[in-house]
Formats: sequence, structure tokens, C-alpha cells
Amino acid sequence: MLVEMMFYVFATILVGAALGVIVARNPVISALSLVLCFITSAAIWLLLEAEFLAVVLVLVYVGAVMVLFLFVVMMLDINLAELRQGFTRFAWLGWLTALAVIVEIVGVIWSRGGLGIDASKGGTAQPADYSNTLELGRVLYTQYAYPFELAAMVLLVAIVAAIALTMRSRIGLKKQDIARQVAVRREDRVRIVKMKAEKRS
Amino acid sequence: MLQTLSNTWLSLPDYARSTAWILVVTVALILSVAFLTLWERKVIGWMQLRRGPNRVRIFGTLPGLGQPFADVVKLLLKEVVIPTNSNKFLFRLAPMIALIPAFAAWAVIPLSPELVISKADAGLLYLLSLTSMGVYGVIIAGWAANSKYAFLGAMRSAAQMVAYEIAMGFALVGVLMATRSMNLGTIVHTQQGGALAWNWFWLFPLFVVYFISGVAETNRAPFDVAEGESEIVAGFHVEYSGMAFALFFLAEYANMILISALAAVMFLGGWLSPFQGYPGIGATPLAHSSFLWLALKIFILLFLFLWFRATFPRYRYDQIMRLGWKALIPVTLVWIGVEMVLAACRVGPWSH
Repeated sequence: MLVEMMFYVFATILVGAALGVIVARNPVISALSLVLCFITSAAIWLLLEAEFLAVVLVLVYVGAVMVLFLFVVMMLDINLAELRQGFTRFAWLGWLTALAVIVEIVGVIWSRGGLGIDASKGGTAQPADYSNTLELGRVLYTQYAYPFELAAMVLLVAIVAAIALTMRSRIGLKKQDIARQVAVRREDRVRIVKMKAEKRS
Repeated sequence: MLQTLSNTWLSLPDYARSTAWILVVTVALILSVAFLTLWERKVIGWMQLRRGPNRVRIFGTLPGLGQPFADVVKLLLKEVVIPTNSNKFLFRLAPMIALIPAFAAWAVIPLSPELVISKADAGLLYLLSLTSMGVYGVIIAGWAANSKYAFLGAMRSAAQMVAYEIAMGFALVGVLMATRSMNLGTIVHTQQGGALAWNWFWLFPLFVVYFISGVAETNRAPFDVAEGESEIVAGFHVEYSGMAFALFFLAEYANMILISALAAVMFLGGWLSPFQGYPGIGATPLAHSSFLWLALKIFILLFLFLWFRATFPRYRYDQIMRLGWKALIPVTLVWIGVEMVLAACRVGPWSH
């Protein structure tokens, strides 16, 4: 009973926040609504006893991805009037896309008989000492070890590519050489000049 | 009398008892923060051959002991100024977002052999995700104030916090490898056997990296460029005044205590006694595990925070970034490799 009540509370917040993402005029508010979306969906996953996934969702998306996203959005000076210029002209295209997506989802669920999920029952509760972190780890590193490692490699390549793309050497760019800075001696910087005392005028 | 009290306590339902403990921990934490601010000013005062706050007494006790309460009253009575062109909602929300993770994290910290509010199995991940939420308070505060100084300060401290979070996460991966658990209670239990069996011995580089990252993560000196007085007034909370400012202050100190508590739990054996298992002294009451040992460890680590502040000059911003990305993260990566070798040779925590 309590779990159902919690679910409806979280679901309401989730839908509200998701609406906020697309309705809000200010892009920063949109991004923050998305953060709220992630947190409430993590809460719903917690209700389904998927602790590991819930915590990782918060850790990765809220803690890392959205922070960088906010960084970019905050620094951009987005002109809202210009952004909304073609809004009504292309509204029909948007509606059409949304309709197509809804038809596709309903079609899939309908033809597959609800995907075999009985939404009214919820998952079976596990005993208290069941650790789904352990179970996930076991499956990931035995049965799916190669796909998992492959995904990690793809991500690594993506990181290297992103750095390689943004790295460029400009002419006249001043760079620090820390080793040289540390190795510097007094003689390199100071020149002692001998000169006669000036006469007081 | 005591018997009936403990009986009624045990007859309470589980949720009532945990709620009571949550209240106790929260109040204790707020009081610790209050006295930590006083202790900081006193310690730095002594290090600089001053007296520190010594005027306000409560009930004729030690001079200066009433200072935190005087400060709180002063801040409470001040007006909270909200800038005209700020985003009012986010401006009010930001201090709370900064404060809540610092308190919520205490839910999974094992305070004594018997007492932990939640024995969460993914406790370590929960802590990591909560500490990563703290950055939102900073970003939102900086942006909502609609001031370029606050915004620049927010950008600086957010970039710093994101960078050092990675080193911190890797250091905790090392702990995870040594203890084979993400449950903080289990992490403490696996460190049993005296001071040399604690994680710091085999994971010493990770311990150092963790604590340095912790100092940087809380934006404390010598990494306090977020509020570098000499460069950018006060960083992300320039526009805050009165109690709204005090909440950020509270969050910073609560985070310090949290980082110290985590370092104590992960690397210094939590509530375990350092004399446990040694012949002779191992049989005395000193070898008993209790909350007092954890408190002592937290206190010593907190003292390190204050000592750093009084001793080191502030880092330059590019040096902070260099230290985080090019020194601390490689150290953790190398040590995780070393741990793999140690585990393969079955030494230290991997011997059983």
C-alpha cells in the first residue's frame, strides 16, 4: 500500500518534471527539471529494488553528465525570441513525430501482449540479504564479460577522440612547462649589476 | 527507571527508532558544526599567536564557548537580501540543495558496532552519488544570483569539485577492492586486527589522495579559490546574506565532518580500536570497539583540515587542476594496478 502511494507520488513528480523540461522557457530551468526527472526515476527504481541501477543513475547522470550540461547551458547566451521564431511553422511536424512515436510504442506493446509484464503486480520481493549489486557484478564479469569490455573500449576510444578533436596547437599560444619552472635557479632570473652610487642632486 | 526506559525504547516500532536516531544524529551534527567553527578559530588563533574568540561565555564556562551561538543569533537577525534580478525560487533553493546531501550521507555511516541508521548494501555508491550532488548547490547559487562574480566563483568551484570527485571515486574503488564490499559496516568489519590491519597501511597512497581530494572537494584552504578573497570577493555566495549564507557555511563544515568520517571509516577502521589484537594491551578496555574511537579519528582528521588552513598558502587555479588531473588521478590508477598484483600474491587484506 505504502509502496503504491510512493509510486504515484514519484510518478506525478516525474511527469511534472518531464513536462518542465520541454515547457520551461529558460534552458537552465529545463536542465534542472531534467535533473529532477533523473532523481525521481531513480526513486522509482529503488521502489523496484533495483538499488544499484538507481544509485548509478544518480551518480552518473545527475552527478556528472548534467553538471557538464548545466555548465554549457549557463554559459551560452541563448536568444529565446530567435529560438521560437519557427515554432508555429513547424509545429505540425512536431505533432506528427510525437504521434508516430506514440503509435509505435502502443503497437509494440499491443502486438507483444504487454511484453509479458504484469504491471498490476509489481516485482517479487527479494529476501533482505539479497544484494543486486553482487548479482549484477557476477553476471557482468562472467556471462557478459566480453561485451562489457568491448563497451568499455568503445567509450575509451570516444574519450580519446573527443580530446584529439578539441586539441589544437595555436601559433603564439603560451604554455607552461612545469618541469622548467621547478628547475629554475636564481641565476636564471636575477642579474646583479654593479654600479657606482649616484650623487644626490 | 532505566530498565523501564530501555524497555519502552525496545518496544518502539523500527521506523520510530530510526526516526529518533536520525533526529539525534542531525542535532549532534549541527552542534558539532557550531563547535567546529569555534575550534577552527581557536586553533588558527593559537597557531598565529593570538587568542581567538574569547569574549562570549555561556553560564560562566570557558571563554569563547558561547561564540557559535552568538554568531547564529546574529545571522538569524540579519536580513536576507534577495537581489532584484535574481531567479527568486532557485536563489532560495540553492542553500538547501547544498546542505541536504551533507546531512543525508550520514544515513549509511556506521557510528558504532550496533548503530547505523541504514545498512544499505550499496552504501559506498550512495555516498558517492550524494557527494556529487553537492555541486548543484554551488552552481545554482552562482547562477540564480545573476551576478558575474557569483557566477565566476560558481564555475571555478564546480569545475574543481567535478575534477576531484574522480580522484576520490578511484580511491574508493581501491577500498572496494581491498574489502570486497560496498556496505560500510562490512568495510569496517574487514579491517579488524589493530592499527596495522586498517586499510591505510596497504592503501596509503589512496588514503593520501582521498584526503587531499576531500579538502579540495569541500573547497577548503589551500584549495579555496572558490572564495579566494584576493581574487574574486567571496565566490558563489557573494549575494547571500544572513541565514541563507549561514546555510552554505553550515554545509561546508558538515561536509568537512563527513569527509573526515568517511576517511576514518574507509581507511582508519571506523569504530575499531587501534590496540585490538595486540598482546597485553589487546585485553584491556582500550581495545574495545566503540563510537569514541570513531569520534577521536574524526576529530584528528578535522584538526588536519584546520592545520592545513593555517599552514599552506593558496594554490593557483591552474595548479589545482594540474594536481587533480595529472597527479592524483594517475596515482590512484597506478595503485589500483599495484593492488591487483597484491591480490594475486595474496598479501595484506587479500591473504584470507
